[in-house]
Amino acid sequence: MTLLPLIAKGATVRRRGKALIGPVDLQLDGQGITIVIGPNGAGKTSLLKMLHGIVRLNGGSVTWNCSVAEAQERQAFVFQQPVMMRRSVVDNVAYPLRLIGVPRGDARARALDWVTRIGLEAAADRSANVLSGGERQKLALARALIRKPEVLFLDEPCASLDGRATREIETLLTDAVAAGTRLVMSTHNLGQASRLATEIILVARGQIQEHQSAGDFFAGPNTDEGRAFLRGDIIE
Amino acid sequence: MSELWEGIAQAFWLVVTLDADLVEITLRSLRVTLTALVVASVIALPLAAILAVRRFRLRRATIAVLNALMGLPPVVVGLVVYVMLSRAGPFGVFGLLFTPTAMIIAQVIIIVPLIASIAHQSLRELWSDYHDLLISLHTSQTQRIKTLLWDGRRALLTAALAGFGRAIGEVGAIMVVGGNIDHHTRVLTTAIALETGKGEFALALGLGFVLIGLAVAVNLCIHWLGQTERTGRW
Repeated sequence: MTLLPLIAKGATVRRRGKALIGPVDLQLDGQGITIVIGPNGAGKTSLLKMLHGIVRLNGGSVTWNCSVAEAQERQAFVFQQPVMMRRSVVDNVAYPLRLIGVPRGDARARALDWVTRIGLEAAADRSANVLSGGERQKLALARALIRKPEVLFLDEPCASLDGRATREIETLLTDAVAAGTRLVMSTHNLGQASRLATEIILVARGQIQEHQSAGDFFAGPNTDEGRAFLRGDIIE
Repeated sequence: MSELWEGIAQAFWLVVTLDADLVEITLRSLRVTLTALVVASVIALPLAAILAVRRFRLRRATIAVLNALMGLPPVVVGLVVYVMLSRAGPFGVFGLLFTPTAMIIAQVIIIVPLIASIAHQSLRELWSDYHDLLISLHTSQTQRIKTLLWDGRRALLTAALAGFGRAIGEVGAIMVVGGNIDHHTRVLTTAIALETGKGEFALALGLGFVLIGLAVAVNLCIHWLGQTERTGRW
């Protein structure tokens, strides 16, 4: 049974009485990359975390096409500031496999394969904390992809990376999509959105303002917020 | 000042000649302290991890109590353990008073709060770093605790070393519950107290230098084994 569709109905997250995101009504299914765009503080990260299930809902529901426990096993999340565990590069990548009981040798072999794919084989046994920003993000991506998630959430994975690192990350992302992973990713970078997106979600003031195919969005947004965002105007 | 030099000379002589009494009480000191350290670490480190990871109603109060107990007066601990282990006490039937086991029990009570508090400080910081990742990987509480203990092992070694330092230098509690019996419960610290009481300052200083040397050697050994100063590789 597939994990999708993901259906959010009136889903809301509040902190100290203020709505961070929601109420959100949303359905995600199919293949490809959904890009979440919007200004700072609009609620992009909260939306991703809410859909992933790592923040508690204060209202509404988020449901998958399977049980919650099964859905949790078959999705992953990459944070804007990747968390480097105090382990070697290869042990960082192997960690999600060890959690589900994969024997140490198998986990290490599969992790080494991923470490080689992301070009960090020379640093495989070095501490992950000595990696550069781009290398850290690639490691975080490998760690998220090693369990072959059906859905992968990414919170601005290329923020503050240079062009080369961004291109490497984008290549890994398109490879993941080709391997059947559905991506939901936030970004500030409209160029990146136009390169990668199959559909766009525009978030502003904690609400989804637009949700449509990337082609339609870039051809002509339906809302004032969408048009302002494409023009580069400041929206709050 | 001459007593200081005499003490150094006597310590040197005791070590070079491998004085039988010195070897005996040194080994007993090590055995009692290292056993107490292992038992205390088995209790304190998981406790510290649980306090870092789990949220429960009395968590803050538990942390405050642990911190307060770091300053637990050893003589009072010795007295309480004495009462518990004495013939009339609830554990008198085990006949543990004036044995190395009673000394270990007293040391464990003294160093558990110290190790747990220091370990908790480190693991709390580590948990704040790991929180989002471990939550997103849907780890169980046990997996989180195991991960923190493994990844925080170097900081935990420092906590354990602090416990070792406190235990190896302890005299009040183990004097009360051990009784400083020759060839049975006499350790370096109680021997130093005894020799000082007899006016044998040079011998007391000699034993003191051996104690300092022992503490430094064990610390260096654990640092070396734990590779705490190496970076870049894990």
